[in-house]
Amino acid sequence: MKAAVIVFPGSNCDRDLAVAFERAGADVTMVWHKDTDLPEGIDIVGIPGGFSFGDYLRCGAIAANSPICRSVVKHAERGGYALGICNGFQILTETGLLPGALMRNAGLKFICKQVGLNVATADSAFTAGYSAGQEVTIPVAHHDGNYNADADLLARLQGEDRVAFTYTENPNGSDGDIAGILSDNRRVLGMMPHPERAVDPRHGGADGSAMFRSLMDQLVSA
Amino acid sequence: MKARVHVMLKNGVLDPQGEAVRHALGALGFGGVEGVRQGKVIELDLADGTSEETVKEMCEKLLANTVIESYTIELA
Repeated sequence: MKAAVIVFPGSNCDRDLAVAFERAGADVTMVWHKDTDLPEGIDIVGIPGGFSFGDYLRCGAIAANSPICRSVVKHAERGGYALGICNGFQILTETGLLPGALMRNAGLKFICKQVGLNVATADSAFTAGYSAGQEVTIPVAHHDGNYNADADLLARLQGEDRVAFTYTENPNGSDGDIAGILSDNRRVLGMMPHPERAVDPRHGGADGSAMFRSLMDQLVSA
Repeated sequence: MKARVHVMLKNGVLDPQGEAVRHALGALGFGGVEGVRQGKVIELDLADGTSEETVKEMCEKLLANTVIESYTIELA
């Protein structure tokens, strides 16, 4: 599996994401935001957490319009895989690859803690290593993770089994307790919690490893 | 020429910051504040002759997230 991790000015989880992919056995290339093309043969693009462009204007808005993001959109439109975590999820909604928007947390505070998640579907390359209904513990660290979906979108996401993770105790006001969603072809996942910060027992938990292992299994055999 | 773009959360989208401001005004003793919505104003210095259409495109592409925000443009 070949993975590219995009680096924006202000990204701060890019190395962690690269390590998580590498530990699962992936070959990882870091790609600078000003590059216009992804390296040849990339199976999955990782869009890391952090504060790209200082969260100026709106979280992820400026990154979503960077040169590399045009290639990321093309890659996804060709059926390529993409994983956006935290700021990466915000960027994916800003590009329009994922629906909805991430707003300021309902409690207005930055939240940095371990949270419980329910795996809402195991039907994706990202979640095949979990079982539906399984509860996992993954950390969150965000100020703008309040997922906004109107009633129609919420019904569509739930009806199409595109909610990947929900919070066991909603920390940020997200509609439908949503922590992560899939694109309609199930190959793009955006989530606010950080699975790459839970891939080693020394992180305080390794519930995120199954995601990277399962990607490796699915994308190598694909 | 200048353009001023007002970006607001759409009606029906809960505005947690506006709500916090409303509570704070209440705590300061200002009665009767029934709602607060917080938005942003973006001032653009533009080359003369820039069309409103172009400013609209800027709003659609970058300045507003039309999933949750609406915008208005004032040209001066």
